[in-house]
Amino acid sequence: MDTTRIICVGVGGQGNLLASNLLGQTALRLGIPVVVSEIHGMAQRGGVVESAVLMGDVTSPIVSDGECDILLSFEPVETARLLARCNKDSLVITNVQPLPPFTVSVGQGTYPSVDELLEKFRTKVRKMITLRGNQIAEDVGNPLSLNMVMLGALIGSGATPIGEEAMKETISTMTKKAFLESNLKAFEMGVGEAKKQAD
Amino acid sequence: MHKLLTDSPGTKMLLLGNEAIARGAMEAGVAFATCYPGTPSSEIPEQFFNISKETDLYFEYSTNEKVAMEVAAGAAVSGLRTIVTMKHVGLNVAADPLMTLAYTGVNAGMVIINADDPSLFSSQNEQDNRFYARLSGLPMLEPTNVQEMKDVTVHAFELSEALKLPVIIRTTTRLAHIRGPVVLDEMKPRKRAGYFEKNPFHFVTVPAVSRKLHGLLLERDEKAKEMAKDFPYNEVIGDGKWGVVANGVSVNYVKDAVSDLGIADRVRILKLGMTWPLNKTYIADFLRSVEKVLVVEELEPVLENDLKVIAQENGITVPIEGKGVGRLSRLYEYDPRMVREAVAAYFGIDYTSTPPVDVSDLPELPARPPNLCPGCPHRATYYAVKQVYGNVDSIRPTDIGCYTLGLLPPISMADFVICMGSSVSSGCGFATATDQKVVSFIGDSTFFHSGITGLINAVHNNHKFTLVILDNGTTAMTGHQPHPGMDASPMGFDWPQISVEDVVRGCGVKDVHVVKPFNLKKTIEAVRAAYEYDGISVIISKEICPLFAKSIGKARKGRPFTVDQEKCKNHRDCLNLLACPAMFLDGEQVQIDKNLCIGCSVCAQVCPENAIKPLK
Ligand code: SF4
Ligand code: SF4
Repeated sequence: MDTTRIICVGVGGQGNLLASNLLGQTALRLGIPVVVSEIHGMAQRGGVVESAVLMGDVTSPIVSDGECDILLSFEPVETARLLARCNKDSLVITNVQPLPPFTVSVGQGTYPSVDELLEKFRTKVRKMITLRGNQIAEDVGNPLSLNMVMLGALIGSGATPIGEEAMKETISTMTKKAFLESNLKAFEMGVGEAKKQAD
Repeated sequence: MHKLLTDSPGTKMLLLGNEAIARGAMEAGVAFATCYPGTPSSEIPEQFFNISKETDLYFEYSTNEKVAMEVAAGAAVSGLRTIVTMKHVGLNVAADPLMTLAYTGVNAGMVIINADDPSLFSSQNEQDNRFYARLSGLPMLEPTNVQEMKDVTVHAFELSEALKLPVIIRTTTRLAHIRGPVVLDEMKPRKRAGYFEKNPFHFVTVPAVSRKLHGLLLERDEKAKEMAKDFPYNEVIGDGKWGVVANGVSVNYVKDAVSDLGIADRVRILKLGMTWPLNKTYIADFLRSVEKVLVVEELEPVLENDLKVIAQENGITVPIEGKGVGRLSRLYEYDPRMVREAVAAYFGIDYTSTPPVDVSDLPELPARPPNLCPGCPHRATYYAVKQVYGNVDSIRPTDIGCYTLGLLPPISMADFVICMGSSVSSGCGFATATDQKVVSFIGDSTFFHSGITGLINAVHNNHKFTLVILDNGTTAMTGHQPHPGMDASPMGFDWPQISVEDVVRGCGVKDVHVVKPFNLKKTIEAVRAAYEYDGISVIISKEICPLFAKSIGKARKGRPFTVDQEKCKNHRDCLNLLACPAMFLDGEQVQIDKNLCIGCSVCAQVCPENAIKPLK
């Protein structure tokens, strides 16, 4: 079986660990060999949170530089930080709405221009899917559903062995009932965006 | 019902490595569990904590690892299956009981979980605890994936009972925090009632007894070596003339490397699941079966050196190398690419990795360090202390916890930390060795862990400094575990709560101040009084961790604050001195993110223009 190495990155509080966990659960249900690797620790204190989801014939739980097939990033600067994990054939799916780190808020660093970043990313990898993720999450009435939007874009890209229906089923059984409707809506919006940007 | 209590053998679950260990212990019928939390081990006891609410499993968060080890020892010699968990540096704290417990041994399975942290994701050093197995003479098992985390744990209890010795399971961050499918097995019943057969000539380790016990340990070690030969998680994988020896997570990197390089028919992998003691015959047989050996192990060249000894003793001359091949070093964790390159280089395979994209032309990226949360009471306390100590030549020893983040600017209130409890005892040293003023910081959980002994030392030896106890009612850093000083009632427990203030007074401290850090004026007054005091003075700064408060449904109901732009003179004292992450610069103006602000009001007190007000 082909291997798919996915890195999922975000900032503490954006919910990317839940996203990678849902992916893992779906793979398990579909009988796809899977390992999910997480870095917790000081996540809740505003730091970077990274996880890796590896599917197929691979036993190593982490992804080295140049070996990531799909980078799913919740924040544009974090996309840049992890870009070296990708190679020229990688797919990058990124939220384009910045969440400036505190160092920037207090003027100890500058947040680069997102447009310039995106332009550079495009020249380096095979394909990019970009989303105004927070906007979509807000539009569906649940600002916390950014992770569902991103997950939707990932599945909608068709680059994983996981289908829409299977993913929705996991979301339905494993996320809070009160947010189910908006989560599914956010997921679908993500799927739609990815399909719109298909080659 | 807790998911780890699922009683349907054959079910496949996606488990975190640490959950798999807890499940393994449940399947083995563990009856008694103790710990001190520490990343990357913390999720193991978390499972036991929750399970203990639903079953008769005994579980406790002990005050430190030494205590946890000793409590567990009592249960294990009384015949209960027992587990004790800690991170690698925790084993340093517990090393004292460990060494002698190896002599007395146990009367039922006792498993010690030790989680190492190569690359220091959340630790103060990256020591290789495989040396502890060699130092204590206890067997050490190392699983390589999530399924094995569970299976090896079950096996460890059996092995421990067969040898009557505690067995150490060593994991690393990468194993503790991976999720993978685990097939569940049956649960053995728990034996919850123990009985201790007295035998002073075995369990009272006076010299005459221990002299005999040391011999007994060596006998048990011999038996363990024999058992290592057939240990089911020692395995030779593949067949070929090239040998690779690996342990733990590295086994996966090696397996993938061999298949990626297409040399599966030429390589034999010796996967060691039992990394102490080693069965020399078994290993010598492996060494004889190959022409060349590469050892792939993170951190120290432990197996590499052992293998060289075994080869020498057996007159085997195959080259054995490890550290120094490719990028394999004694530093940090390994990764698949690094191992693939090392395997290719060592065995002369022509191979080039996929080049990573070139990122040299990307602009400089702003750092995103972790930070004290919005409304964290530690920030307020640090601010208050700084008002008094800011301009004096002073040393500020700190300790292990969220508040270590006080080292970051603009707070910059951390000058020294080596281990849990070190802020108090090193404060004694600094105060005596220098003329500088000393103000030490320690959290409540850490104070109970090992701050108390330092404080007693300070009182007894008449050291003169100020100790600030940052009491936020929980063990925040590792995920809000309880400790002896907390109010456990919101979590559904009626444990007695030990007052930090009473302990401090009981240690003989005369100058004690209890403050609420969100009241800056009073806090600063208390700090000033402590500063002037000629002796050891203690400030207890009490305010619940807002993240913890939220998780137990006790979040502050305060309104978020906002900056009145009319009144703001834009000198940015709030941002430059306090730097709450709820604040941000919108163009040139300081603003407060109402979704992040918890309404602690500290910024309002810091603003000299009275420009910060609760949102209407
Ligand atoms: S978790 Fe609690 S103690 Fe730790 S930084 Fe956040 S608010 Fe402060
Ligand atoms: S009141 Fe001020 S200091 Fe407190 S959380 Fe809000 S912005 Fe931060």
